[in-house]
Amino acid sequence: MKFAVIRFPGSNCDQDCLRALQTFEGASADYVWHKDSSLAGFDVVVVPGGFSYGDYLRCGAIARFSPIMAAVKKFAAEGGPVIGICNGFQILCESHLLPGALVRNRDLHFICEHVHLRVENASTRFTRTLSQGDVLRIPIAHGEGCYFADDATIEKLEAENRVLVRYCNARGEVTPEANPNGSRNNIAGICNEAGNVFGLMPHPERACDALLGSTDGRAIFQSLLSV
Amino acid sequence: MSDPAITPELIAKHGITPEEYERILAILGREPNFTELGVFSVMWSEHCSYKNSRPELKKFPTTGEKVLVKAGEENAGVIDIGGGWAVAFKMESHNHPSAIEPFQGAATGVGGIIRDIFTMGARPVFSLNSLRFGPIEGDTPEARTNRRLFAGVVSGISHYGNCIGIPTIGGEVYFDESYSGNPLVNVFCLGVLRHDQIARGGAVGVGNPVFYVGAETGRDGLAGAAFASRDLTEESKEDRPAVQVGDPFREKLLLEACLELLASGCVAGIQDMGAAGLTCSTCETASRGGTGVEIDLALVPKRETGMTPYEILLSESQERMLVIVKKGQESKVKEIFEKWDLPYAQIGEVKDDGFMRVKNNGVTVVEIPARALADEAPVYHREYAEKKTPEPLDLSSLAPVYVPAALPRLLADPSIASKRWVWRQYDHMVRLGATVLPGSDAAVFVVREANRILAATSDCNAIYCKQDPREGARIAVAEAARNLACSGAVPLAVTDNLNFGNPHNPENFLQLREAVEGMAEACREFSTPVTGGNVSLYNQNPAGAIDPTPTVGMVGLIEDPAHVTTQAFKQAGDTILLLGELGDELGASHFLKVLHGRKAGAPPKLDYAREKALHEGLRAAIRAGLIASAHDCSEGGLGVALAECCLSAEPQLGADIDFGTTGLSPEVLLFNESQSRVVVSVKAENVGAARTLIEKHGVPVRVLGTVTAGPGFIVKADGTTFEWDIPTLHDAWANTIGNLMA
Repeated sequence: MKFAVIRFPGSNCDQDCLRALQTFEGASADYVWHKDSSLAGFDVVVVPGGFSYGDYLRCGAIARFSPIMAAVKKFAAEGGPVIGICNGFQILCESHLLPGALVRNRDLHFICEHVHLRVENASTRFTRTLSQGDVLRIPIAHGEGCYFADDATIEKLEAENRVLVRYCNARGEVTPEANPNGSRNNIAGICNEAGNVFGLMPHPERACDALLGSTDGRAIFQSLLSV
Repeated sequence: MSDPAITPELIAKHGITPEEYERILAILGREPNFTELGVFSVMWSEHCSYKNSRPELKKFPTTGEKVLVKAGEENAGVIDIGGGWAVAFKMESHNHPSAIEPFQGAATGVGGIIRDIFTMGARPVFSLNSLRFGPIEGDTPEARTNRRLFAGVVSGISHYGNCIGIPTIGGEVYFDESYSGNPLVNVFCLGVLRHDQIARGGAVGVGNPVFYVGAETGRDGLAGAAFASRDLTEESKEDRPAVQVGDPFREKLLLEACLELLASGCVAGIQDMGAAGLTCSTCETASRGGTGVEIDLALVPKRETGMTPYEILLSESQERMLVIVKKGQESKVKEIFEKWDLPYAQIGEVKDDGFMRVKNNGVTVVEIPARALADEAPVYHREYAEKKTPEPLDLSSLAPVYVPAALPRLLADPSIASKRWVWRQYDHMVRLGATVLPGSDAAVFVVREANRILAATSDCNAIYCKQDPREGARIAVAEAARNLACSGAVPLAVTDNLNFGNPHNPENFLQLREAVEGMAEACREFSTPVTGGNVSLYNQNPAGAIDPTPTVGMVGLIEDPAHVTTQAFKQAGDTILLLGELGDELGASHFLKVLHGRKAGAPPKLDYAREKALHEGLRAAIRAGLIASAHDCSEGGLGVALAECCLSAEPQLGADIDFGTTGLSPEVLLFNESQSRVVVSVKAENVGAARTLIEKHGVPVRVLGTVTAGPGFIVKADGTTFEWDIPTLHDAWANTIGNLMA
């Protein structure tokens, strides 16, 4: 299975994603430059973290207009799996591939630390090697990761079981204290209606190697690989 | 618009002495024009020329079998790490800009040191920083200012480092009155490269085109190097235009484009534009190449209109590089810059006449022999005061201290308390290398491309240096080496950042001289050559000079992932050992400062043989797989070290300690800062083996007690029992800084 790792000029988790993917049997990965407009030959698209075009305006607001994002939209419309991590999630929201927005963290600081995530829906192509209720320990690193959407959108996401992971404590309890950034309903990651576009703020690629303290991120990439 | 006439007032305003001006006349054989005067003033500032410190810096050991590029040769030293791979690293200060505008001051400091590293052809992989501020407690205007500076610096570092995607994985933060109004911001960056990728900053190859690439030149940061070479005063706030504005996104583009460019083989020489901008990069490349460089300012990409040659040459706009391209390869170079959407221009070429010649629309505005400008700045042997030995500490003069309250007080002192509030704001995990999270004795980083594990630390106890700069500097090196040993690493080399007051004051210059000599001696003892660094003088506020702060950045290598060791206790039931003596030196300690409000007495005495034996013994035990955790005793002594081992464990652990009979008062026993001591924990079944192995190196080993599940931290000594509650101590240690900054 061939992964496209989209490379904006300010992407900085592109190399990490490629390196993590290369540790999976059956996966190959290559960069795709933001000025390109084709995803031919790829099976999965990864929109990695970073600061796409500097993000001085609003995270992902400019990336939305890049040539490659037109190709990503087309790829998604045809049912191809797309995963956006951190800045990638922000870009997917700005591109309207996912609803809602990521706004400044509740305490206004950038936060980098391990958090716990509860798997809420294990029946998607991004979570199928997991079980509902599993608790994952995966790092976050963002200044604008507070998920926000209007009440109707939140209700729809919840009703359609599209919140795939939620911030929780080590025991799997979803509490206000376990919410690092003030996201509504402790939302850490959501998918689109068709279930083929997934955005999340935590970095699964940073939790793929025991040397770094957690391998819980592997299950997400493994899910994509187990067809 | 005509240039102002050269008058004695104008010369003095440029910080050039009458003697220096005579020298300029001799070099040129004529009067300089206004632009040339500006060029000399920045190049001959302390920041660029080290004219006051150069004779001292020559005392550092700079050679060793692993040194591939020596200090002073290029932008950063390069050290072999085996397997054809090398590291380039350096530390640099951005103290003055950060005092005026903390966010941009710190951000551009990070940007500058990163450029120094990729200029060497290395990919920057991590940063550290050593920060010092005035006290942040209380509601005085001074405390509020210090909090503003602290918050601003941390968020500036976070902004720049996080955006460019280079993890900030460790460092140190201290708070002391002497830094009120004059914070220290010392930033360290390390990059990796293969031996054959080392890039040079020489303008070689007569006729080769000279390219400018990166951000457009604006009026920001005009003559910042000269600004950094003056005392900070009340009026310094008006120098805000001397502070540059950083754009980490631009730097990211520049970084990627330059590494791609260097890999393409088109580059003959490369130099970043840092302090003194275009001026410094042109004359330094010419001087290094033994050539001349001619540029035309009309071709330089500019952000503003109507800039004079003086302004263009002295601008310190960030994120710019000068690239000497091999003739005939211009189109390849242009292709790479265009791919990364970077402004660029061919602004001149390499000449054979040894001059830095600057034209503006074809009219010559600067013509100065490059070598004289870059390398022949005046050198001053400053006057230094006579050395005084610190007054011995009279313990009987100290008011009695209630020991049960002293430990939480020390743990809640912002210099000792957990810095999680700080490092949580830094992306320390990007690049998949940080195997030890910030907060342990040293940062540990796996360099994926080279398959090597590095450890790095920055250290300096400025109270020791204030009381005895020579001993303090020795200890800074020893502590850095000890921190690396505790992490399982063998030290490789050192970079330093010498922060001192105005060198014209003989007391201040004595401190510099003593510290350099102490550091040089210790670097020889630990076989860690100095690969370069930075000198920051004129660190004064209206109340006087800062405490002398010779910061040491040390890098080491860990041979095997299994050797990576951290400070936190691992498991209840493990045995706690002290490697080294109980100690009894309370002079210059944090205990005196925090509990008695005094910086007094002589610092502890360092014994090299004892210290080196400790490192060897500890590393041997780590390699044998016998050590569960290791933490050195530094600020706050054994009491604080033991508590930190409990508090940094997740979940927190407790300890049962029994010192037996020591004959020491509890405050001396718990809080003395004698050197060459490490607390380790070992599995009960390994105690015998660890003890035998470590004692074989001549290091005393003492069983102190046992790790417990908590919640008590219990210490028995000389018939007295102290009992602290771990959650209470944890609150004091973990939340102090966050609460103060809320």
